[in-house]
Amino acid sequence: MRPFAVAASRVRFEEKQIFEALDRRGVRSTHIDPRSFWDGAIERKGAAPRDDYAAVLDREIAQTRGLYLARLLEAAGVRVLNSARASETCADKIRSTLALRAHGLPLPRTAAALTPDAARAAARELGFPLVVKAITGSWGRMVSLVQNPDALDAILEHREAMPSPQQRVVYLQELVDKPGRDIRVVVVGGRPLGAIYRVSPSFRTNAARGAETMPCPLSPELARLAACAAAAVDADVAGVDLVEDREGRLLVLEVNHVVEFRGFAAAHGDRIDVAGAIADHLVAPADAEVRT
Amino acid sequence: MPTCPECDGAVVVAADVRLSEIVECAECKSELEVVAKDPLVLALAPEVEEDWGE
Repeated sequence: MRPFAVAASRVRFEEKQIFEALDRRGVRSTHIDPRSFWDGAIERKGAAPRDDYAAVLDREIAQTRGLYLARLLEAAGVRVLNSARASETCADKIRSTLALRAHGLPLPRTAAALTPDAARAAARELGFPLVVKAITGSWGRMVSLVQNPDALDAILEHREAMPSPQQRVVYLQELVDKPGRDIRVVVVGGRPLGAIYRVSPSFRTNAARGAETMPCPLSPELARLAACAAAAVDADVAGVDLVEDREGRLLVLEVNHVVEFRGFAAAHGDRIDVAGAIADHLVAPADAEVRT
Repeated sequence: MPTCPECDGAVVVAADVRLSEIVECAECKSELEVVAKDPLVLALAPEVEEDWGE
């Protein structure tokens, strides 16, 4: 009976909850620390599939490591949640926006510019104020509210001075006039579990930046959009962020593939068991094999 | 009781602590990582990197 593995270099509230949920279900589990992971069969065509894990839940906090971990394990025949494909899409704002658009989801007006100069032209088209985001990154980092062309110039000059070519690709988005909050929906296995408001006086309403969380009713439209967004990026486990505009219309902002749910748990208490749903979804296809 | 590698203060750690779990030193507020369990060893937790997130 092979164990299910949770891969995480940092065991936080969420990973502990998932381990405990697996324990409660009588499922054997183990921990992979991606910092010590290596695969020696990468060059061997026809190498025997790995048989050490029934499946792996990729909870790696470092997105680059998490992506390559998923790629290596999948190439070795291991089922990984979320898949490398989902991680790759979600970790890149341009890729994920294209995937969401391809599925017809409502999005804020957005532009992607391949140089800072092109970003100036894109901003003139979008209008001010707008939001500039790094194409990779999370927790609201490198997300700037830009009120006018002078502020944009300052940000773009910093971008031009950065060593990574990725930082010179610019993602621009209209500033949605939201009611001081955004919405996070947790979706597992295509099923929206529930929603929270993330409330903050800042335009960045990330829980990681200290936003207060409170329960949000999961309306049929919210559930439909969240499930569709998770499917658009192929994420089995997803934190879908949405925002309401001035008319109350819901717009999808992004999908997070290593969803943090401490703020969700603070809002909903034990009424919604996110860790349990993740554990059930991880175990489901091989359930009979692993009961101890 | 394990001690904080930063300030040498005593750190209270739950009995069911896991490897790679992050605990905080009550005295200096450093984030510490559990790098061994038997015996319990704490090290300064890694700094947040550019690609960390959800």
